[in-house]
Amino acid sequence: MPEQLIQGRQLADNRWTTLTIADDAGDTNLAHVAVPAGAVIIPAPLWLAQRAALIAREGEIGVSLASTFEVETLAADIAHFSLIAVEFPKFVDGRGYSTARLLRERYGYTGELRAVGDIGRDQLFYLSRVGFTSFLIPDGRDAAAALQSFNDFPEVYQSGVDQALPLFRRRAA
Amino acid sequence: MYRYDEYDHAIVQARVAQFRDQTRRHLEGSLSDDEFRPLRLQNGLYIQRHAPMLRIAVPYGLLASRQLRKLADITRRFDRGVGHFSTRQNLQLNWIKLEEAPDVLAELASVEMHAIQTSGNCIRNITTDQFAGVAPDEIADPRPWAEVLRQWSTFHPEFAWLPRKFKIGISGTTEDRAAIRMHDIGLQIVKNDAGEIGFTVYVGGGLGRTPLIARKVRAFLPWQHVLSYCEAILRVYNRYGRRDNPYKARIKILVKTLGTEEFTRQVDAEWAHLKEGTSTLTEAEVQRIACQFAPHPYETLPADDAGYQTQLRDEKAFSRWVERNVHPHRVSGYAAVTLSLKKPGVAPGDASDAQLDAAADLADRYSFGEARVTHQQNLVLADVRQRDLHALWLEARTLGFATPNIGLLTDMICCPGGDFCSLANAKSIPIAAAINERFADLDYLHDIGELELNISGCMNSCGHHHLAAIGILGVDKSGQEWYQITLGGQQGNNARIGEVIGRSFAAKDVPDVIERLIDTYIANRYDEERFLDTYARIGLQPFRDAAYPATTTGNAAKERTYA
Repeated sequence: MPEQLIQGRQLADNRWTTLTIADDAGDTNLAHVAVPAGAVIIPAPLWLAQRAALIAREGEIGVSLASTFEVETLAADIAHFSLIAVEFPKFVDGRGYSTARLLRERYGYTGELRAVGDIGRDQLFYLSRVGFTSFLIPDGRDAAAALQSFNDFPEVYQSGVDQALPLFRRRAA
Repeated sequence: MYRYDEYDHAIVQARVAQFRDQTRRHLEGSLSDDEFRPLRLQNGLYIQRHAPMLRIAVPYGLLASRQLRKLADITRRFDRGVGHFSTRQNLQLNWIKLEEAPDVLAELASVEMHAIQTSGNCIRNITTDQFAGVAPDEIADPRPWAEVLRQWSTFHPEFAWLPRKFKIGISGTTEDRAAIRMHDIGLQIVKNDAGEIGFTVYVGGGLGRTPLIARKVRAFLPWQHVLSYCEAILRVYNRYGRRDNPYKARIKILVKTLGTEEFTRQVDAEWAHLKEGTSTLTEAEVQRIACQFAPHPYETLPADDAGYQTQLRDEKAFSRWVERNVHPHRVSGYAAVTLSLKKPGVAPGDASDAQLDAAADLADRYSFGEARVTHQQNLVLADVRQRDLHALWLEARTLGFATPNIGLLTDMICCPGGDFCSLANAKSIPIAAAINERFADLDYLHDIGELELNISGCMNSCGHHHLAAIGILGVDKSGQEWYQITLGGQQGNNARIGEVIGRSFAAKDVPDVIERLIDTYIANRYDEERFLDTYARIGLQPFRDAAYPATTTGNAAKERTYA
């Protein structure tokens, strides 16, 4: 099973290309990395290094956030992104769930929010609750079967990005 | 007690279906061990030495008799007829088959129970005082708040994959009986000058390798904000808690590293965004839940029942049991009773299927159909008429529930240890048994008086050894089982961590060493002094001298570091 995108709760084509940069590339190098044309996802540090030029660039831009990245750094730039990808190096690393809620609930991000990395069927329900709208299911996992998991629970107790009111406010109604 | 409505039922049943599917995929081979492990842990399922262990949630320790009967039934049909109550008020079964675990969860769901988040790096079962709702010194009943927190923490989407496990304890009395300062979040119910309910919030307590007492981060949190404030704490922890080293991943390490002031500043900054959000609790919701914990229909009874007074005077064995196992109740003519699960020959906290059924019957006949689990691994019937105490005692004796040892040396907290647990360095149950045998004489035991002795089979400290007057810790020395002893620990408002006495002991020597420590206490105590009082007055040295009679104390002290 090859890598497969889920978007809008169905299998979808990935129209974005992703630009990756080697871990050992320093800040000075980032200023010289060429960003290709078209819809491209770049690492957040690259955005910060070439911010002015990238704002002036034609075409859609997305940023990818490492699990350790502090999303506050991009607070003023949210409007420039058509896509924000949050990386999950391991599915048990839950930092990206807080990142997603902050983007949606604090910084007002309304574009595509994509979960990438070590994710699969058993993470999709919670990921969708904190505001992710697309999911790049890695090679070897069954994305088609994973679609069922959006309906794992018929009800939820807490508020989330998907549900503005906690159950206790809806129960009372 | 709280009864599920259609929402609660639907959520728990959906969980059973989800776990059934996950188990099926794992058994088919499409979900690897590494992928399945965190999922099964969040359903309380460990793979142990012999078989999977299932940890069943007992929210804040409260059980209805029909739930006890279901637990007995599950223990009989799916296990080997023995359940083990844990220090977090849960029930563990040690012989569950993986392929049957989903069926067990379905059985539990039929009586409004589950094993949700009883393990894994998520928010665990909310615990509280076993005398909640009946304690004379109670400010407010903690159970409605524990239920509010249970619902909020169940499948919280943001906090399912924390750096490490996360435990919340709540106390409704001025004297803390829920060990809240040993929790990741400890909530102490308080009233302000205007008589409004709120919480004093402690963060960063925990045992394990680095035992730490929680720090106070907020003196008075109005009740409306308890969920948003917990969310702020959890978010700071989820983002900044260490994930590179599991031994440094608990929130206590984050609080210690940042310092209480900086940690509190970060939480408050986060909370400023959350506090007026939809998580703000409403009076209507608190009332909806609180009314399900309304007082039972108590009879109007005199404070002192004449027949009971006669029985107390005439029967020494009965009065001795009353002295240890019966506790005051806020309603005149009623008492709370601890059913001891600490009798000689049985592992501390163990109850057979027949005992679980019997406890259900006792609950029905003597205590409005409810029982509680204590964090000291006993059961409590919280609402017994004083005039029924004697009849209850007679029945409890035949059922093996009436050992009059609550709060005494043989009322040990003890983890399952190396007999069952794959994390353990050493066995703990045989040590408990040997000590129990040594101190079986009731006159001797009562003369020693109040003394907490706890045993953990490894540094994960499930047996709370740090918090006992005498703590015993199993350690591994070149593949052999040794035991390190600490003295002077205590739980409650003045919680403190015990001090290591010196190098560790071989299993066979432990009962002798304990006896020498007790002899030292008895030789030095003033009239009514408890072990801890004497220890506080005379210090570690006399005990150390007694523990190592043949060696110099200099050596003992020097060897502390590698014990």
